[in-house]
Amino acid sequence: MTAREPRSPAVEARDLTKTYPRGVKALDGLTFEVAEGETFGLLGPNGAGKSTTIKILTTLAKADSGVARVVGQDVTRDPQEVRRRIGVCSPGFRAEPVGRGVGKLVAAGRLRRLDVVELRRRVSELLDRFGLADAASRKVRTYSGGMQRRLDIAMALVHRPRVLFLDEPTTGLDPEARTAMWQEIARLSRDVGMTVLLTTHYLEEADRLADRIAIVDRGRIVAEGTADQLKTELEGDGIDIELADATQAELARGVVASLPGIREVAVEQRRVTARAQDGAGAVPAALAALERAGIGVAAVSVTRPSLDDVYLRHTGRRFAEAALAASGGDA
Amino acid sequence: MTTVFRDTWWLTRRRLAIFLNQPGYLVVTLIQPAVWLFLFGNLFRRVVELPGFGVDNYLDYLVPGVLVMNALASSIWAGMGMLEEIERGTMNRLLTLPISRTAIMSAGLGEHAVASIVQSGIILGMGALGGATYPGGIVGMVILVASAILLGTAVASLSNALGMVAGERETIIGVNSFLLLPTTFLSSVFMAKDLMPGWIATVARFNPLDWAAQMGRSALSASPDWGLIATRGALLVVIAALALMVSVRTFRTYQRQV
Ligand SMILES: Nc1ncnc2c1ncn2[C@@H]1O[C@H](COP(=O)(O)OP(=O)(O)OP(=O)(O)O)[C@@H](O)[C@H]1O
Ligand SMILES: [Mg+2]
Repeated sequence: MTAREPRSPAVEARDLTKTYPRGVKALDGLTFEVAEGETFGLLGPNGAGKSTTIKILTTLAKADSGVARVVGQDVTRDPQEVRRRIGVCSPGFRAEPVGRGVGKLVAAGRLRRLDVVELRRRVSELLDRFGLADAASRKVRTYSGGMQRRLDIAMALVHRPRVLFLDEPTTGLDPEARTAMWQEIARLSRDVGMTVLLTTHYLEEADRLADRIAIVDRGRIVAEGTADQLKTELEGDGIDIELADATQAELARGVVASLPGIREVAVEQRRVTARAQDGAGAVPAALAALERAGIGVAAVSVTRPSLDDVYLRHTGRRFAEAALAASGGDA
Repeated sequence: MTTVFRDTWWLTRRRLAIFLNQPGYLVVTLIQPAVWLFLFGNLFRRVVELPGFGVDNYLDYLVPGVLVMNALASSIWAGMGMLEEIERGTMNRLLTLPISRTAIMSAGLGEHAVASIVQSGIILGMGALGGATYPGGIVGMVILVASAILLGTAVASLSNALGMVAGERETIIGVNSFLLLPTTFLSSVFMAKDLMPGWIATVARFNPLDWAAQMGRSALSASPDWGLIATRGALLVVIAALALMVSVRTFRTYQRQV
């Protein structure tokens, strides 16, 4: 451990650009940081540049310009040092489908130059942890998709990396396997404080796993923060008040609109809708004011904006639309 | 340096495991040299009756040539294995491991060297069954196999580089079909130099396959020409080293397009 900067980020990408030979601009000034121990999610539709970012940070591809550092090391200046400290699991980086589970883990450890005794212990630990102990001596060719994925992650972890890169860790898994994988990833960051950088198409996945999320669109980060911050940035929650009597609707609109911190009040028959910075906090005041004005309320609800709303706001497209549009041209 | 060797060792084992896992390919690899020997041995049996071969039995002349030609014909397809590694994503995984890039390339060569040694054994054995004699003995055989491995290293490296840069099977197939036959026939593999048209003999002087064939034949003969063996050997070492360097450099090109 060197005592240079007390808290340099585990991963740092600054103004990364990359244009592929045939002129596709994959990254267009992408910048973000991941703190030590944090789980960071890159969220975006097909072709946004997520995998390209992972490839650059894991020393595979070269950026045209910009700086990429992992555990404080520049990926172009000292790639071997970076490689020693990271684990990668990606659909673009696979182990050959030859051999048996235990053999693959041992081989992965050998290439990491682990000591034989230590390696043996580590392999059985990983097999247990990823529920592969029973299948350890089976040929990996006979593994299910979920088992294969777990083995891939276990292989990426043999050498106890400081940073784990997961490109679409749950794509193609059934819901049960996906939930199991989420628990595994959450456990890694909880138990050993591992820094995790993951990419995903799933809003729910980012919401569940990531301490912080960055939305990537066309090679740039268009929004960044915790899931809650991103949602709050939308300028508030939706408040939906259902009145007992539709004739009081216009009166109710006036009452609600006069309250501080409430915007975009609209009326539709018996319903009054509005936005507020803090929906849950605004409701009691609204109810009290309506009661003072003698307006009866039948029901009230507060809705948090979804990440989908955040996505729409920042990219101008619904997440599902973007995914659909891109999936046509994706290999 | 020791790390390069260690990495090469583990990666070669890995390549061999992949290789052994394709039984069909394995069988073809083992049968092919026998077919060469049988076909050409019969086809050209009577050419030794022409003056200029210096041997009575055409097989004595043919075995070393077929052995190095076989090394060329199998290593020239190395790029296909490279392409498969790239397509499967296994190359990307290797490239993110803290192992030497040279070792990644040499491992593919190690695989070819092992295959070459096994195939050489088969060819020499088949030849002996067919009546060929090897007056150069064990030393001659070792030199012959070494020449095949050096040639294979050079060719496999270039093929790997081509696979990595081209990224398409068609390119490799095209280039190989274009090169394989002319390279073989513009050499002394089947025909003694003295019997060739002058221009072919001249071209053959620059043909690495011919260097290997001459080196191996001489080493296996009753009276090896050590000067010739040394110069051809040195030439092969130089092109093998250059080709390996070229292939390691192409990782950079790959880095730009991956
Ligand atoms: N090797 C390559 N050669 C040429 N273009 C590429 C290559 N890899 C990616 N691209 C292009 O770069 C852009 C970004 O691709 P990237 O794979 O980083 O997107 P992504 O966010 O990971 O998408 P997905 O969600 O589909 O995995 C896309 O337009 C893609 O077509
Ligand atoms: Mg991707």
